[in-house]
Amino acid sequence: MSFHFAHSSKPWPLPSRIPPRRQRHGNLLKKKGSLIASLTVFSLVIINKAGGLIYNRTFHEGGLNKISTNDYLVLAGTFHGVHAITARLNPVKSAPERPLSNSIPGVPGGILTRPEPPSGLEVLESENFRLQCFNTLTGVKFLLFTDTTQTNVDVIIRRIYDLYSDYVMKNPFYQLEMPIRCDMFDRKLLSYIREVNNR
Amino acid sequence: MSNHLPAGAGSGGGGGRAGDSGLRYPSNGKTIYHRPLNRTKTAELSKAAFAYLFAEMVSYAQRRVTGIQELEKRLNLQGHPIGLKLLDLLLFREPPRTQLRPLNIIALLHFIKINVWTHLFGRQADRLEKSSNPDTPDEFMIIDNEPLVNAYISVPKEMSQLNCAAFAAGIIEGVCDGAGFPARVTAHTVGDTGEGGEMWPGRTVFLVKFQPEVLEREALIGAKS
Repeated sequence: MSFHFAHSSKPWPLPSRIPPRRQRHGNLLKKKGSLIASLTVFSLVIINKAGGLIYNRTFHEGGLNKISTNDYLVLAGTFHGVHAITARLNPVKSAPERPLSNSIPGVPGGILTRPEPPSGLEVLESENFRLQCFNTLTGVKFLLFTDTTQTNVDVIIRRIYDLYSDYVMKNPFYQLEMPIRCDMFDRKLLSYIREVNNR
Repeated sequence: MSNHLPAGAGSGGGGGRAGDSGLRYPSNGKTIYHRPLNRTKTAELSKAAFAYLFAEMVSYAQRRVTGIQELEKRLNLQGHPIGLKLLDLLLFREPPRTQLRPLNIIALLHFIKINVWTHLFGRQADRLEKSSNPDTPDEFMIIDNEPLVNAYISVPKEMSQLNCAAFAAGIIEGVCDGAGFPARVTAHTVGDTGEGGEMWPGRTVFLVKFQPEVLEREALIGAKS
């Protein structure tokens, strides 16, 4: 999986040299049994329920190659589509009903017997990074690009969801489904990620 | 409308009224008017519920306004009656010996900084200052580093003049008016400038500007005593 290289047109030696070193560094520490692992959150992307990119922020320069905003828009749309299709790929035995009917309320059988909604693509891993997706009940997707050795991504992403629901959803000036431009959200998010990256 | 009626509406005593006004009454017949007025126990409310309610209040005020001034005016007006009533309630809840309304400006501002703030926001305001400019002896400042009403609000860049704490300013104005100290109160963001601006980006100054007659009276009282 190397789509981010496919987008960089010019050869750029520095970043391609950095990730392997980071990788080795992380492994070395892990082999030593040290408690310190190289923990880095590279960037965050938020996708609205229609597949549009509404937030995109890089926290750690040099972790990932830079791609243009346009490419991020394509990435968001593509990921949304892939997620929707993978959500339909459920094992047959665990889904007595057809997966599509799960979302329709009032199906006979009631809410008690309803199985978990199909989750779709959750983790995507490459040699250099790991992409974790968190899909909220309302269909907003949080994509977190982290180092492959990053632990507790679930906790981090949950905390980001907290911040989103506080500082974006409770802001009277935010319009649903539109790009997020909230100073307070930026500030809290940056300080939280800085804390995570320095831990 | 009919589907909003509670299932047991016909059985209770208040059922009929519930149908008429669209209001629901608790099944035991006790409304908030039945509760004692001076419970001293600190009753806590959900901050999230308030945040959502306040966000709706701001959106509502924003709906038919042309400018930021007008929007702040509307928020101010929403707060004003709360302040008027709060003054009575808080004085009523004071112990009987100290149940006096504030009689001078300093006492009033202390009452706001301590009693009103603690009742509304669970803590005191951070600072109280008198305008250092000799031309404006009628101006006082109540400073709050992180106004609770603004806790989750980020004002967009094109409206940077706006501070939604105008609502709290309206409450202060109501308290001042109710106590017989007519004043104009406005809220200003000063987070970007001044000392500690980095630490408190949402610092808000409530500028209390009393009417001239208030200062005139104050001077007379001061001269007598």
